[in-house]
Amino acid sequence: MPEIRNYTLNFGPQHPAAHGVLRLVLEMDGEVVERADPHIGLLHRGTEKLAESKPYNQSIGYMDRLDYVSMMCNEHGYVLAIEKLLGVEVPLRAQYIRVMFDEITRILNHLMWLGAHGLDIGAMTVFLYCFREREDLMDCYEAVSGARMHATYYRPGGVARDLPDRMPQYEASRFTSKSAAAKLNETRQGSMLDFIDDFTQRFPKYVDEYETLLTDNRIWKQRTVGIGVVTPERALQLGFTGPMLRGSNVEWDLRKKQPYEVYDQLDFDIPVGTNGDSYDRYLVRVEEMRQSNRIIKQCVDWLRVNPGPVLTEDHKIAPPRRGDMKGDMESLIHHFKLFTEGFCLPEGEAYAAVEHPKGEFGCFLISDGANKPYRLKVRAPGFTHLASLDEMARGHMLSDVVALIGTQDIVFGEIDR
Amino acid sequence: MLEALRSAFPDNASIQQSLDLIVMDVAPADLIAVATELRDNDTLAFSQLSDLAGVDYATYGHDEWATDTENNASFSRAVNAASTGSLTFNTGLELPASDRPRFLVAYHLLSLDHNMRLRLRCAAADDAMPVIPSVIAIWNNANWYEREAFDLFGILFDGHPDLRRILTDYGFTGHPFRKDFPLIGNVEMRYDSVKERVVYEPVSIEPRVLVPRVIREDSRYVAGETPKKDDA
Repeated sequence: MPEIRNYTLNFGPQHPAAHGVLRLVLEMDGEVVERADPHIGLLHRGTEKLAESKPYNQSIGYMDRLDYVSMMCNEHGYVLAIEKLLGVEVPLRAQYIRVMFDEITRILNHLMWLGAHGLDIGAMTVFLYCFREREDLMDCYEAVSGARMHATYYRPGGVARDLPDRMPQYEASRFTSKSAAAKLNETRQGSMLDFIDDFTQRFPKYVDEYETLLTDNRIWKQRTVGIGVVTPERALQLGFTGPMLRGSNVEWDLRKKQPYEVYDQLDFDIPVGTNGDSYDRYLVRVEEMRQSNRIIKQCVDWLRVNPGPVLTEDHKIAPPRRGDMKGDMESLIHHFKLFTEGFCLPEGEAYAAVEHPKGEFGCFLISDGANKPYRLKVRAPGFTHLASLDEMARGHMLSDVVALIGTQDIVFGEIDR
Repeated sequence: MLEALRSAFPDNASIQQSLDLIVMDVAPADLIAVATELRDNDTLAFSQLSDLAGVDYATYGHDEWATDTENNASFSRAVNAASTGSLTFNTGLELPASDRPRFLVAYHLLSLDHNMRLRLRCAAADDAMPVIPSVIAIWNNANWYEREAFDLFGILFDGHPDLRRILTDYGFTGHPFRKDFPLIGNVEMRYDSVKERVVYEPVSIEPRVLVPRVIREDSRYVAGETPKKDDA
């Protein structure tokens, strides 16, 4: 009988299931993983160091590029840290807009995760379904900021501008026929809030579709049930947050426990898993999409009847209106100072955390009183999750490693920073 | 929570509320004992390490543009470095003298039972060789965080089982988040078609700063006070 040797397997960095640029060095015993050593940093751009060299507002765009599937939530963590040090008040309408876009982002992220996770372990259809809905939400991003992904929409003191009255329309092209464009434009006739409202009516049915494809699917269950079980005690030790922690039956959500913006005035539930395996984390995330949909609906209803400012009137921090600049000397000076030098933060330290789709996204900001951060540390949820891959993968088969990477919702933009 | 902390650590005078969390300083020698107490004491129960951040205080409080005096050469003040900033990206500049320890590690702890956050700060005694005990045994996820702080700042963690670089390239030299490390780096990489391999060369791009770093004495932010609305 031939002797079976342990051997080392190199997985990635160019592998479709590595979710970007993950290089995994796997020590295998036959097909069983004995040790997994993730090599990260292949996407390291030094975001934190770059932020140190720029005025505060110029780094908002970098935050989008951290976790590049949940852009606005990253911005949120960053502007919250600045606002905490400044002590600036955010208008109520801006808070509702932020919450609405945080939840839109959560759905965007979870759809991306569901599609990619499904694809990794053999379900092609759900990927196509998810990307269909992502298009609609990306259009909301585009309508409000002009960019489909990297929005740079949040500002210290509010958001860049109010919601538009009109949605961008599709035009017939080589890729979209006239009738297809007309069909797409059907729901885009009213204001942006009408469109989102319509989306929240449609979305629960879509989630039912995904669940029909997966929840009771025998193959899906075989690939996820009992894979990567994490006990609540280990989940805390490993620094899990977000759906990873809730999948392990720990009821912890910053939106409920340390509410920021207007989350304490909204009605939603926090789903938790019981077994702490990949299947439970799947169920948690699917239910989170339904809850996000509820939150969006409540925000839309509030925003419809409550017009108002969306950016602070403190012009040391937010630029004055264009019209004022033309006639008012003070406004002109404010504008000039803001765009040439930026604003200075008081000396101090602040840590602001938001419930990002992947977990707790925190920004630790140290200011020495300058117009640039002295030190910015981004606490990326995926970083600690990936660090636990070694422990989660031990004793599993090689094919389960792919399922584990999927269930951890790994995105390298935030891990490598 | 503030009282619970003060009664658990009666010798520590640094415990104070700062914005929405509690800050506490600790010496490297006491770190392990304090961290164990923070986790295991039921009135504290900081069961999770949220974040670990290295900080380099080398140029703290120094700006690139002197604002306390006026002269008629505003622009050249901006292009001639007033201190070691990232203005010229020149590693030849001396770091300003400072009496505070250069390297510090900030731990952000979370107590799920009491819904409270704590920032634990531990400054390394020796600037040339900063050593801080590892907290992996107390919070297991410190492993990668400490590797990151080692990689980016060169802070050594005593007792870490596997202190390798994590974010930078294989074979990288230097610690890129130190304040004397230039923003554009020291080497650039390209594919050499003659040698048919990737080659490293000294950086060729010109350094450029669009907005100089400047510290304003702002009367709205007098130490400790929250900013007031001003009518201007």
